[in-house]
Amino acid sequence: MNPMSDRVINIVVAGLGGQGVLKASDILTEAAFAAGWDVKKADVHGMSQRGGSVRSDVRFGPRVFSPMVTAGEADFLVVLAEDQVEPHRDVLRPGGTLLMPDRIAADRLPNRRSINVALLGVLSRELAIAPEFWQAAIRNNFRENLHSDNLQAFQIGREMEQT
Amino acid sequence: MDTATKRLLLSGNEAVALAALDYGVALGTGYPGTPSTEILEYLSAHGGRAQWAPNEKVALEVGLGVAMASAAVLVTMKHVGLNVAADPLFTAAYTGTSGSLVIVSADDPGMASSQNEQDNRRFAVAAAVPMLEPADAQESYDFTLLALELSARWHLPFILRTTTRVCHSKTVVYLLPRERNVLVPHFEHDIRSRVMIPSNARPAHRRLRQKLAELAQWNEESGPNELVAGQSRLGIVTSGVNFMHVREAAPDASVLKLGLTYPLPLEKIRRFAASVDRCLVIEEGDPYLVEQLRTAGIAVEGKPEMYRFGELNVTRMRRILVGDTSPEPAALPGKPPTLCQGCPHRIVFGVLKKLDCIVAGDIGCYSLGALPPWEAMDSLVCMGASIGMGLGLRHALPADEARRVVSVLGDSTFVHSGIPGLVEMAYNPPHGGHVVLILDNGTTAMTGLQEHPGTGRTLDHAATGKIVFEDLIRSLGIPNVTVIDPVAAPEEFEQALVESLASDALSVIITRRTCLLAAGKIRQYEQCSPLATDPHPLPLSQRERGVDSPSPLPEGEGS
Repeated sequence: MNPMSDRVINIVVAGLGGQGVLKASDILTEAAFAAGWDVKKADVHGMSQRGGSVRSDVRFGPRVFSPMVTAGEADFLVVLAEDQVEPHRDVLRPGGTLLMPDRIAADRLPNRRSINVALLGVLSRELAIAPEFWQAAIRNNFRENLHSDNLQAFQIGREMEQT
Repeated sequence: MDTATKRLLLSGNEAVALAALDYGVALGTGYPGTPSTEILEYLSAHGGRAQWAPNEKVALEVGLGVAMASAAVLVTMKHVGLNVAADPLFTAAYTGTSGSLVIVSADDPGMASSQNEQDNRRFAVAAAVPMLEPADAQESYDFTLLALELSARWHLPFILRTTTRVCHSKTVVYLLPRERNVLVPHFEHDIRSRVMIPSNARPAHRRLRQKLAELAQWNEESGPNELVAGQSRLGIVTSGVNFMHVREAAPDASVLKLGLTYPLPLEKIRRFAASVDRCLVIEEGDPYLVEQLRTAGIAVEGKPEMYRFGELNVTRMRRILVGDTSPEPAALPGKPPTLCQGCPHRIVFGVLKKLDCIVAGDIGCYSLGALPPWEAMDSLVCMGASIGMGLGLRHALPADEARRVVSVLGDSTFVHSGIPGLVEMAYNPPHGGHVVLILDNGTTAMTGLQEHPGTGRTLDHAATGKIVFEDLIRSLGIPNVTVIDPVAAPEEFEQALVESLASDALSVIITRRTCLLAAGKIRQYEQCSPLATDPHPLPLSQRERGVDSPSPLPEGEGS
């Protein structure tokens, strides 16, 4: 397990409405919850449904207070649309990790829409959450006919070469 | 942990609904509005009885009736909804309740999706209705239960004031096993308490103030207020989600977190303030607590005025703690939302722009017509305002400009509060007539595809009575009522609008085309529960197209 698990881990997932930002943060939050952590997730609904910028904050650890990630304190920034990197870059702490779709060989995915879940696979290597909790959360968040594509996408992300 | 304790991950809205279910409410009612909408949907999905009212005023009146029958009820709305419900609210405090009545006011500091950031804590004071403020999903559950219990005990309506970050944040909730109350609704005559003619209302007002004084005393001794012991150098008084930011920004400070914030436990706060060197009040929005405490002679420090605007967060808390009033870094602009590709509203706004109309607008997805590339909406104030404001423009503008004025509103907004505007139009018609466009996409799209009285389906999508707009409007004596599918017949729509603008008569054009996002779901609902009678079905061709329309959002993406 990761040594960072003794403090709160801050993750921001960002992109555009319709790209699966909230789906990804739901899966992440559920996996952290199932792993036994205190966890909070904050996102803003409403106008974001109409193709605008969407951001979702997830924090987990032994005890979490604020549901929002403080600017300059995110350990990970997962961005699903390249043009959404700049508007969100200031959330990362010095030395924080930016994860973008270019980390994934999209042609290897069974379904290109699963890029959000594949990026969770990459992220999962850095977090103190066991694979079975991720897999259960993925199953909980998709209809059954999408399970295998998304579980496969997660595994592909998890096994990607470090860059 | 007790093995009987359940551990759940819930949003604040889900927790409110679950508490209402666990208490045994007879009904949940309200009108959709971000960030409150999911409460009633969750209540319904988990076996509770929940229904959408045409607007918040009606919802609260229904709720007051339920509470008069000695049952328990939850009434939900966004902050501006309480403006609509203000009329019954203020006098409901006088009549009081026989059962339990809890009103959820979901405020939106920072205006994630609202037209203003009014602070509804002011409503609690103005209407003399007690108020609880939860900080997370756990407290959303606990305080909803408590509000229902206190309402039954003091025979008063209670406001549960949440905010966007409480409503929509998911946090861990621990639930103890609990027996659901078995309430037996019944009626007892009590004319003097409930018929607010002046001779009854005068003693009712005195009773209300007496109850509030008793509740304030209870709040001092037993209220849901939490003291976090810390250093005596700095003490912070706060409430709601701000408590969470405070604990992070000032982990060593002493903190008094208030749960029941009207009426306030002033003596408890006075003692706390006296126990610390510096007593700072941290609150989002208006200086509500600061003003109340200073009026009570408690010396407290408030936040600089610049932090009245927008949400608070840990960064802003840190700045407040050190009195930093230097300009905050501007947030980099994200991508603004826009009307979906294929949205029927696109065609309507294209024509409004082309004809250079003066558009009195309204609240819904179509508000996006104010943004590029259309920029074809000239006002947005509150639900239903498009019609009255359009009429006012028509009355005052010179004839050549008045002729370009159009009122534009959606189907759910029309039912909510557009109908009295149409009555005004029929009663006080402008000299040059007027044109109202009802953009009927068959759903309350902006808040996430909720039903309304014009869809002919209830909150859980079962068939019910359907308000047929064109029949209703014709019954008002408005001569020109046209129904057009703007996607199937864009030229016909443009022609109808041109002719209506040229005419001195009153016209209503209903552009009827199902929302792309809703079409597939509506087909499923209709298969499960066909409408009993639909005198004005959509043209078959549209139904077929609507069914096959691709969704612009990926499958399974919840937003």
